[in-house]
Amino acid sequence: MSASPAERVRAGDRRALARLLSEVENQTADAEAALRLLYPAAGDAHLVGVTGAPGSGKSTLVAALVSEARAGGRPVAVIAIDPSSPITGGAILGDRVRMQAHAGDRDVFIRSMASRGHVGGLAASTVAAAAVLDAAGFPLIFIETVGTGQSEVEIASIADTTLVVQAPDMGDEVQAIKAGLLEVADIVVVNKSDRPGADRAAGQLRGMLTVGAQHDRAAGDRPRPKRPEVLLASGLTGAGVAELLAALDRRDAARRTGGGPPASARLARAEAQLNGILAQRMARRLAAPPRFEQRAAVIRAVAGHELDPYEGADRLLALLTEPDHPTG
Amino acid sequence: MTNRPIKVLIAKPGLDGHDRGAKVLARGLRDEGFEVIYTGLRQTPEMVVSAALQEDVDVVGLSILSGAHMTLLPRICEGLRSHGLDDVLVTAGGIIPDDDIPALEKAGVSRVFGPGTTIREVAEFIRDNVRRHAA
Repeated sequence: MSASPAERVRAGDRRALARLLSEVENQTADAEAALRLLYPAAGDAHLVGVTGAPGSGKSTLVAALVSEARAGGRPVAVIAIDPSSPITGGAILGDRVRMQAHAGDRDVFIRSMASRGHVGGLAASTVAAAAVLDAAGFPLIFIETVGTGQSEVEIASIADTTLVVQAPDMGDEVQAIKAGLLEVADIVVVNKSDRPGADRAAGQLRGMLTVGAQHDRAAGDRPRPKRPEVLLASGLTGAGVAELLAALDRRDAARRTGGGPPASARLARAEAQLNGILAQRMARRLAAPPRFEQRAAVIRAVAGHELDPYEGADRLLALLTEPDHPTG
Repeated sequence: MTNRPIKVLIAKPGLDGHDRGAKVLARGLRDEGFEVIYTGLRQTPEMVVSAALQEDVDVVGLSILSGAHMTLLPRICEGLRSHGLDDVLVTAGGIIPDDDIPALEKAGVSRVFGPGTTIREVAEFIRDNVRRHAA
């Protein structure tokens, strides 16, 4: 029993996997040690972000996609994020309600995460948790965000493929040309296609999201919004789910055969992950002795308007580059 | 890291027709600062054990009204043990006759809460008895 957590996770120990995910969520030193060992073994999985408004049917659709992938024999993991209370820190994690059909299937692993104060639709440890599941051998990982509004687009910076789920009755054509969530979609799914109005909604979305395609060609290298595929599906009846999974697989195949937008998604993920760790390390270093008193003085000075926040930030940066006091 | 939220799975094994009580409890524990995983109605013992394992919970709270507690609850406790989840605190609530409580405790249920229990009592019992994983 002397195998390390990382080794046990690689060997398929589900209990060790669940425990390590807790360490990752709690951002412990053990988690960092295990992640260092596991990172080289990760990188193969297709990370699919699933986002959309509360009640649009994300969990039901993910459950249907899991069933479809299992029918093809593929192991699947799901990270499902729900919001934490800003008041008490408590949370109701209810996405599993729709996903219980696969209990006892060891090739389906579902983990709920509370956002724990992180805004943007994810939890702070989501990328690291996905890397652990990736290293554990899950080739397909769905990351279901909290129910989002119009601008929680963080998922697009960490997923290989971003799926935006829309219900049939989510507004008119103007909603489809607003900036934000729809711009970062690789695939837009009009879910609940068993309901009236779904075809019309898909038609409107296709019409509006493809407006400006000629403009794109003239834009040269300027950043431009993605031009997503629009598909119809019903998580409830399963209609269109096989086609949706096939569309996801086509994107994954494009990444594997090299280049294209999916490769740039990986650069964005690495950058987001590094920025997060960097910010955390800087904050930790500043909050620990010997710097925390000087940091507190800078905070007080900015609060009292004796120091402007830009100068304050420069002073904190200068503190970081000072060598630690010799500790003997 | 000692301040991390306590994770609780609230599960309804068996064929109960409604889950009002379980939802009220889940909501109440949320307000007590717990992370509560709720899995819905009609769960088999296997589903409960699998969710507890994957979510790495500290506590499993079982709500049962149907009268099948003497069959289902020991089976869940046994399943948790056989998956190495010995350190998970198991509690139960719902409609469970007093006469059955000793046998359930023997099977591994730490505490049976009857009708009229306040959410605060449940929260306090959990805080006092949860066995934090050796992390």
